[in-house]
Amino acid sequence: MSGAEEVEIPEVNYVSGSAVPIRGNDIDTDQIIPARFMKVVTFDGLGEFAFFDLRFDDDDNQKEHPFNEERFQDSSVMVVNSNFGCGSSREHAPQALMRWGIDAIIGESFAEIFAGNCLALGIPTVTADSETIQALQDWVDANPDGEIDIDVEAEQVTYGDETIDVTVDDAQRKALVEGVWDTTALMKSNAGEVRKKAQELPYVEDAAIPDAE
Amino acid sequence: MSEGTLYDKVWDRHKVTRLPTGQDQLFVGLHLIHEVTSPQAFGMLRERDLEVAYPKLTHATVDHIVPTADQSRPYEEDAAEEMMSELERNVRDAGIDFSDPTTGDQGIVHVIGPEQGLTQPGKTIVCGDSHTSTHGAFGALAFGIGTSQIRDVLATGTVAMEKQKVRKIQVDGELGEGVEAKDIVLEIIRRLGTEGGVGYVYEYAGEAIENLGMEGRMSICNMSIEGGARAGYVNPDETTYEWMKETDYFQDNPERFEELKPYWESIRSDDDAAYDDVVTIDATELEPVVTWGTTPGQGIGISDPIPEPESLPADKQDTARRAQEHMRVEPGETMEGYEIDVAFLGSCTNARLPDLRRAAALVEGQQVHDDVRALVVPGSQRVQETAEQEGLKDIFEEAGFEWRNAGCSMCLGMNEDQLEGDEACASSSNRNFVGRQGSKDGRTVLMSPGMVAAAAINGEVSDVRELKEVTTA
Repeated sequence: MSGAEEVEIPEVNYVSGSAVPIRGNDIDTDQIIPARFMKVVTFDGLGEFAFFDLRFDDDDNQKEHPFNEERFQDSSVMVVNSNFGCGSSREHAPQALMRWGIDAIIGESFAEIFAGNCLALGIPTVTADSETIQALQDWVDANPDGEIDIDVEAEQVTYGDETIDVTVDDAQRKALVEGVWDTTALMKSNAGEVRKKAQELPYVEDAAIPDAE
Repeated sequence: MSEGTLYDKVWDRHKVTRLPTGQDQLFVGLHLIHEVTSPQAFGMLRERDLEVAYPKLTHATVDHIVPTADQSRPYEEDAAEEMMSELERNVRDAGIDFSDPTTGDQGIVHVIGPEQGLTQPGKTIVCGDSHTSTHGAFGALAFGIGTSQIRDVLATGTVAMEKQKVRKIQVDGELGEGVEAKDIVLEIIRRLGTEGGVGYVYEYAGEAIENLGMEGRMSICNMSIEGGARAGYVNPDETTYEWMKETDYFQDNPERFEELKPYWESIRSDDDAAYDDVVTIDATELEPVVTWGTTPGQGIGISDPIPEPESLPADKQDTARRAQEHMRVEPGETMEGYEIDVAFLGSCTNARLPDLRRAAALVEGQQVHDDVRALVVPGSQRVQETAEQEGLKDIFEEAGFEWRNAGCSMCLGMNEDQLEGDEACASSSNRNFVGRQGSKDGRTVLMSPGMVAAAAINGEVSDVRELKEVTTA
């Protein structure tokens, strides 16, 4: 793959910042980014449409939503409840959140494709039980400027005087901590083995396998 | 961990290596792309000076934004035209086959793959669309991916994945009259929840599944993701092989059928396969299922009462309350009689020929209710053409349905087909999320194609079994 650009992939060991609570279970990707904002060929500019229909009424007047509140405008950590990001595979959802300013999400649980999409952007999705999350959301509400520190490798979150244990999926933790969450170059380096695999599979026709580089 | 399942076998056959993250690098046998989630991935390739590694294992179509009324170019909506042009450029530059509307092969990506024989047992299939699980109906391992993963697949022909557990869902017995595949999957999601399948792949088995045609199996696998499972599959059998024989690929290459059949047989789950979990459902007990809320897991039998939020598990109560408020339904009532404004027969879940035939048989000689806007959006141009030849278009139009061109349409409201204001829609699609069908106040009731037909005629959610004599799925 001569000429391919090397991409710098930062290690994500820690994320620190103030947080914003987004309460509710089963917040789906249609709520995170309504489909009508997906009629674009790049992800640029999606940030302003995050949670759009929850944030604005038909006349574009602001509704009550944490993303509209002045005190949460500098937040970089989102604290959510269960099955966050369920629904479609649209990467537009984490892209919109990231472009709004979110660097990490702490929640009770995440939909799988959503968590995978976050990982592909270097955004940790760490989990804790319902009680722990609700306590954290309450604290964030009372301390909108309060700093939260997520230690990805140690699987700990520190806020105020509290340090809580959280869970980071094994593969996600390794990928973030070792800086291999962008898998393109890593997998491209195995091109020879991939070709061999293609040749082994009975349904792959020879004509579909490109000549070795 | 599961052992000896189709999932284990297909995974092993496609595993290239274990990555430093602990994920496996899996070879991708078929990469389907469409206009909404792929342009950004092609952009990333250009930024990194990378090329498409396996263009001949990649296939494109246009479905999400394509207008279903006037399809003349340029499309009336600039954004839609731009997305289409971008896809045209990308596939042309990379040498990727494209089932565009001029070919007569265009349609929803999960309808056209199986039609053309691109979808086959024992393949790994990915697409930037969560309903890629549909293709599991053929015994493929198929799952939705995000755009960064599309970039990976385009650039390397592989995807990084963590292996999941396998839950066998055994559906015993025969379905009753008027009960369809859709009812089975809505019931599964109702019982196991929208996140019950997180961390699992679902294997659907049992008499009721085996009795289904490929289209019914696709409807079920399609909605695996609504239950949290990224993939679902049915072991391939004679029904699968009969379908494969009729597809373009095997019509053009009949010798390949005999060559590949041993592989297909070899990847079936072993009789003594070990599962991480098994759930059994009695098909004889099922009645038509409809949703009352705003997640696909909020479903009930047509004669069952809408649950009191307080009667649900603690973590489901708030969602239920908000859903009941949005839908304007009361606990204790049934959904029968819920007035609708729109009837939508379409989507990758239920817009194939048997779905249209079943609905047409029900509406033939009847009239869509005066207060209802009803539309049929075939899943593909081929479905559309065959349905027109069979006279289904005439039946629908005489009954007062609009007959449209193929696309995703009102399932997600990315083209002009959208709910307006607080309209209520009887929909054969897969998601009833708030805002899903294009209006944030819109109300979606998910149901089978037969139930959509009944609702269209009566102007309200109705029990299809009482409409007139019906045949089973």
